[in-house]
Amino acid sequence: MSGDSEAGADLGARLRDGDLTAAPAVLNLVESRSPEARTQTEALLAALSPATLGAEASAHIVGVTGPPGVGKSSLLSRLVAEWRARERSVAVLAVDPSSRRSGGSLLGDRARIEADPRDGAIFIRSTAAGDRLGGLAPATRAAAGALAAAFDVVVIETVGVGQSETEVADVADTVAVVVQPGSGDVLQFLKAGIMEVPDVLVVTKADLGRVAMRALADLRSALRSLGARDTAVVAVSSVAPASGIGKLVDALDAHRGRLDIATRRLRSRRLHALADFATEHGQRGLRALGGRREAERWLGSQDPALDAGTLERALEHRARSAEPPGSGTI
Amino acid sequence: MADLTHRLPEPDRPWMMRTYAGHSDARRSNELYRRNLAKGQTGLSVAFDLPTQTGYDADHELARGEVGKVGVSIAHRGDMKTLLDQIPLDRMNTSMTINATAAWLLALYIVAAQEQGVAEDKLQGTTQNDILKEYLSRGTYAFPPGPSMRLIADTIAYTVEHVPKWNPINICSYHLQEAGATPVQEIAYAMSNAIAVLDAVRERVPADLMGDVFGRISFFVNAGVRFVEEHAKLRAMSVLWDELGRDRYSVQDERHRRFRYGVQVNSLGLTEAQPENNVYRIALEALAVTLGRGVRARAIQLPAWNEALGLPRPWDQQWSLRLQQVLAYETDLLEYPDIFEGSKVMDGLVAEILEGAREEMARVAEQGGAVEAVDYMKAALVDSHRERLLRIESGDLVMVGVNRYPETEPSPLTADTEGGILVVDPEVEAERRADVEQWRRERDQLAVDTALEELVRVAASESENIMPATIAAARAGATTGEWAQALRDAFGEYRAPTGVGEAALTSSEDLVELRNEVERVSEALGRRLKFLVGKPGLDGHSNGAEQIAVRARDAGMDVVYEGIRLTPSQIATSAAQEGVHVVGLSILSGSHRELIPAVIEALQAAGAGDVPVVVGGIIPDADAALLREAGVAAVYTPKDYDLNRMMRDIVALVAERNGVTAPAA
Repeated sequence: MSGDSEAGADLGARLRDGDLTAAPAVLNLVESRSPEARTQTEALLAALSPATLGAEASAHIVGVTGPPGVGKSSLLSRLVAEWRARERSVAVLAVDPSSRRSGGSLLGDRARIEADPRDGAIFIRSTAAGDRLGGLAPATRAAAGALAAAFDVVVIETVGVGQSETEVADVADTVAVVVQPGSGDVLQFLKAGIMEVPDVLVVTKADLGRVAMRALADLRSALRSLGARDTAVVAVSSVAPASGIGKLVDALDAHRGRLDIATRRLRSRRLHALADFATEHGQRGLRALGGRREAERWLGSQDPALDAGTLERALEHRARSAEPPGSGTI
Repeated sequence: MADLTHRLPEPDRPWMMRTYAGHSDARRSNELYRRNLAKGQTGLSVAFDLPTQTGYDADHELARGEVGKVGVSIAHRGDMKTLLDQIPLDRMNTSMTINATAAWLLALYIVAAQEQGVAEDKLQGTTQNDILKEYLSRGTYAFPPGPSMRLIADTIAYTVEHVPKWNPINICSYHLQEAGATPVQEIAYAMSNAIAVLDAVRERVPADLMGDVFGRISFFVNAGVRFVEEHAKLRAMSVLWDELGRDRYSVQDERHRRFRYGVQVNSLGLTEAQPENNVYRIALEALAVTLGRGVRARAIQLPAWNEALGLPRPWDQQWSLRLQQVLAYETDLLEYPDIFEGSKVMDGLVAEILEGAREEMARVAEQGGAVEAVDYMKAALVDSHRERLLRIESGDLVMVGVNRYPETEPSPLTADTEGGILVVDPEVEAERRADVEQWRRERDQLAVDTALEELVRVAASESENIMPATIAAARAGATTGEWAQALRDAFGEYRAPTGVGEAALTSSEDLVELRNEVERVSEALGRRLKFLVGKPGLDGHSNGAEQIAVRARDAGMDVVYEGIRLTPSQIATSAAQEGVHVVGLSILSGSHRELIPAVIEALQAAGAGDVPVVVGGIIPDADAALLREAGVAAVYTPKDYDLNRMMRDIVALVAERNGVTAPAA
């Protein structure tokens, strides 16, 4: 076998030591669906739990999402360069929107992030999205959680508007929604309350001048009327000469600075456990737990130091004991 | 006296005869040109190497393996002077296949002419200078669409005033056909492209010059072996062009609205198997562009019989030139008026194509024009090509010697040690690197710096024309790479869409079986079989790679395809980070001997040395053996047209390398 089966605990130790070259093997492992790999993934996450690390993983997990064609890849190229200029290592988990057909997928058509291939502090991995636009690939949560122990910044890039930011917000510390001037979707979604207010709003194509400034003003006034004073709105241009990128990184940092990271990560781990449980056991499993909301409530009563894998096992255990004897798939 | 309107009072003069030629360096190419001219060739057609076409000097990382391969390497005015030595530029008509760097090569040509004592207003020739088809098919772009269109508009505006006999742009439908376009798509996209160019120029020249501008726009078309339909296509183009001039640009003078084109006939249909048959194909294709006098080509260059094998030798090119000469001087072709005038069949075909083309042009216009519709057009071309390949695989589209009548005697034409192709001296690259370094040492550096600074200033000022500053930089001694880098800094870089994401799903019984096998192997691997399709080097001919990527997806694989022009270390890094199980590399520029081993080395350095590598492209047998020795698991060439079979091989290779057992029989 290839490197897929490298032991989870070993990989965890390498990440703990800041070994960035472990990243490809970590992804190979968490993407793997074999029972053995699942066990190893649990070992990996346990080796990187706050209990083992003694604190939350120090990375800044940033979600970058927005509709197709707004220039996320170009923006990420610039962002990665800016983070590198600030001497931060960066992992990008690009969840590719290319729909699965025939089981297969085409990756990288849009996720064209320019980076120096010889720079070992940049890691980029693309995975096919789930069944719907904006959905996270199942492995992305585990990958983000694990890589956060070694990289300074972990970016999760997804495509969509109106729902993608919700799912990314389950995983990321800070969610940036990217929009381009002249597209009213985001503005309407915000006003109608279809979309949760993001942590940072990025307006691309600032080189369009007046149109971009207009979009900026509209978004700011919408946010004011929603009482969302903390949401930064930043205009950027990714085409030469690029602008606004430093300001954007500052805005992301500022949000991270205001954040109660322990609470956000704890919530993220619990939602991760629940998402994995739901993937594995479906509606039936959720019913056995008394429904999604009840499951979330129960998770809230668990030890905050537990990692996602342990929590998922606890959910399985609980569901099994709730099922009538002999009915058992769980 | 008998009615003689079916004869011309005197025969027409033949079209201009060219050979697309150039290799290695300026000295060797100049010798070749002078030999070709002595054989009766009447114009020059300069082939530049890929570094020159994409704006890199020979010592740039991306130039590795590509220097002097598919054309001549030209870095500075000294090179251009050598290239044109003893060729009288006041009488020569020179066509240059140059696009992203067209303004620069035109500037070098103007400076070289002045050094010969020929003023720029005497020069005749063509710069291809069509960027949209580079995004769609050929891949030698350098800058983003906006600045690229500006460079094109600037060269047109400049030449209309200062080099009035120059064709500043050839709108290319040629490469669209090579990328799989149907006749309708070919016309519609070429015409939409012309509209985008003309609209851009309209902003930059006085209104009273638009007639002259329109009159200087020429086309570069293709002709496939379905030569009756292909001829109808050309007639349809001339109708559309005339309409466009009259209705959209109010061009009054009928002569300005005449559809003028040069041609290189089809290479897509030339086969590696039984390559001698290509001679017939080329002859029939030449008829498509010469038979009807009303739309006869102004200039013709024919491919060589062995294009699907490698680079043609001078003798191969001579054979193609002789074909033109037989057609022009031995047959009675040039003695008659248009032989299709009044033909019901021809008129019907033209009407059919026109209808389709107008519909497709409207679709492009709806999206805001050709520049905005690049993604749409690219995806449409990938899809057409996908369908074409399916028809070849199924046998519906007959290719003699390939999917029908493959039986053959051994060919004496390919029996020599090199396999009947040109092999560029591997020393050329080192020579060129040394030359450009020496040039930089010996020139007036201050003059170059000043000229490049001025270039950067003009680039940032949208209202100024780039040509005067470009000519000044050429005269000062700047290099191709320096000119392009200055503009890359000013304009930014660009990656064109790959068009693969939207390709429709192919379904066939054969594929169902294949998918099951991919599922089985993926299950055993623990995650889905992941395949990286990479195009190393500067070669932009991505059709093959795109079709492999699409088919692999259809077979159920996760496919990483990032488009053209990747360095070996970019490919290796992607392979390692993406965790792929196999890497497929495609190269058509002849640089495989250098680039494939470089990728394998880079894979080892990136910790992915155990990932198997397969290679596809125009790869002579002797080279295939070398590549296998270097560690390549399999080599595919154009004769391997059955993509599903290739996919089965790849799945089996991954299974074997990962200890997945064969399926139970």
